[in-house]
Amino acid sequence: MESWIHPGVVLIAGAFLLPFFKGTAKKVYLLLLPIVAFILVLKTGEGTYWVYEIFGQEIVFGRADRLARIFAYIFSTAAFIGILYGLRVKEDGHHASALIYAGSAIGVAFAGDFLTLIVFWEFMAFSSVFLILYRKTKAAYKSAYRYILVHATSGVCLMGGVFLQYGETQSIAFNPVEVGGLASALILIGFLINAAVPPFGAWLPDAYPMATVTGAIFMSAFTTKSAVYALIRGYAGTDLLIYLGVFMALYGVVYAVLENDIRRLLAYHIISQVGYMVAAVGIGTQLALNGAAAHAFAHILYKGLLFMGMGSILYMTGKDKLSELGGIYKRMPITFILYMIGAFAISSVPLFSGFVSKSMIISAAGEEHMNYVWLLLTLASAGTFLHTGLKLPYFTFMGKDSGVEAKDPPLNMLLGMGVAASLCIFVGVYPQYLYNMLPYTSIHYVPYTMDHVVWTAQILLFTWLGFYLYIKKLGGERTVSADTDWFYRKGGPVFMCFARNFVAVIDDFVSGLYKTVVEKAGFFIARKSFIFDSGVIDGIVNAVAESVKGLSRELRRFQTGLLRHYAAGILIGLLVLMNLYFLIA
Amino acid sequence: MQLDKILQGEGGKLLRKIAYVAMAVFIVIDIFTHTHHAYFFWDEIPGFSSLFGFISCVVIIVVSKAIGKLWLQKKEDYYD
Repeated sequence: MESWIHPGVVLIAGAFLLPFFKGTAKKVYLLLLPIVAFILVLKTGEGTYWVYEIFGQEIVFGRADRLARIFAYIFSTAAFIGILYGLRVKEDGHHASALIYAGSAIGVAFAGDFLTLIVFWEFMAFSSVFLILYRKTKAAYKSAYRYILVHATSGVCLMGGVFLQYGETQSIAFNPVEVGGLASALILIGFLINAAVPPFGAWLPDAYPMATVTGAIFMSAFTTKSAVYALIRGYAGTDLLIYLGVFMALYGVVYAVLENDIRRLLAYHIISQVGYMVAAVGIGTQLALNGAAAHAFAHILYKGLLFMGMGSILYMTGKDKLSELGGIYKRMPITFILYMIGAFAISSVPLFSGFVSKSMIISAAGEEHMNYVWLLLTLASAGTFLHTGLKLPYFTFMGKDSGVEAKDPPLNMLLGMGVAASLCIFVGVYPQYLYNMLPYTSIHYVPYTMDHVVWTAQILLFTWLGFYLYIKKLGGERTVSADTDWFYRKGGPVFMCFARNFVAVIDDFVSGLYKTVVEKAGFFIARKSFIFDSGVIDGIVNAVAESVKGLSRELRRFQTGLLRHYAAGILIGLLVLMNLYFLIA
Repeated sequence: MQLDKILQGEGGKLLRKIAYVAMAVFIVIDIFTHTHHAYFFWDEIPGFSSLFGFISCVVIIVVSKAIGKLWLQKKEDYYD
């Protein structure tokens, strides 16, 4: 038991040794890290590992039950696929952020207490933001800034809730949360922000299309799915999540209709797909929770594959708008075929992975006789096929030839996609492989029944018919769609306008008053006290001023203007505050 | 190029014909198979999922486009 090594910590620690490797050795090392992590996850037996006591609190780094293990399993797999696909990335920092991000996601999966969870939660936010920053465009910098603000909010909500809960229960164990009261609400909001549940979800389609080609692969895998994990762990059976989940599933579909940016369209379908998982957590039966875990597993693979496919188009052509693409399948045939495997998987075509996972969730809604949930999730599922399976490939790879120059991406990128595609088919053909890992072992679900296959085939075929009839209406339009990020993107300038026009006017008035009244009186008194002043006070004032100047010179060193320094500062500050809290409490 | 033959021109037409035939075949199968787990009344209606799939698709397109035109869609430089 003592010999357990934390797979996430291996990735995080491994990231710091990256600068010591050069050339081919670096590539081998990069690929080796997630493989080692994966083997460590495989070797992790059920149990509790790495338990420490800090300030009288038990800190559990390794709570390994079936639920934790399946998420750690897929997180380490996703890390390998992402690293393989992104092997050509030149910046060490990019690789390091991706590794720390992946390691922290595994850390979240194994966290047995809320403190450990919060630490890895924050690590995820502050490492993933670099995957946007490395895009090195002005739009990406702005987007990264909004991303980190939203995720800092998530962290603060989570922490606030956990501390309140500690005050009530004297426990920080990460177990099902008793719903009701401020503490549980805050923790839930923290989770919901990261799961991109509307109205907290706009950060996702804002940030993911802004990330680097490789960065988006990692981002599509970890943040929302670790939040789904946390929801399964903490809030299974919370009715509110059913409604939020169904709403999410439809919300993503509506925005996907309107979207012109190929990776943003995929980002909206993450929201839609995570909606199924959130709804399943809300339904809360064993079948539903197994479905949520299975769907997260399948989703990470096919969504990574889809992002790799669209990322390859962006990487090879420099274009990411539907309205600028079309007809490039002749020049990128392998990418096209691999993308379509992911598209069939997300659309739950039989023999592909989505079919065996999504149908668990829909069946769970059926078993509970939730007719609206069932109908709306089925409707959203038609929308998924319509966009990811038909519209997106049609207007990028097929359709009218745009004449854009392109060819298939380098071998490592194709291999990354190939691994993901093989797993999508493998899981679809042999679902028992996935089902054997699910949290509840007493559930025996059979996806391939006659009813079910016939039913799915009809939905898919007639969705295609609708697409075929409406094809002229579905091309990309050169617009952006307002989402709830409107409030902080447009709200910010409104606040500044308020500051300029209202606060500044008052400020002018006050300083005017000061000049006419206070200053004149001041001059009078000043003249009288000049003699005393110049003799005694000046000396003291000068001394104080000199020391203040010296101090501010020192302080200025901290004002670097670099986001990562502030981020590190915030993180250190939070850790210090947490420690203080436990010392006092 | 193999893909070309499958997707373009005659190949494309053939694919569409296969799709139409498949639609008919699946509806026929649906009529003659007995549903084992009827959770809802519509599980007993043959071809219900065909109709529901088609209506879903049309509703999604029409409703989303309407919301987009009336409310959500902005010019590309909206946030600049």
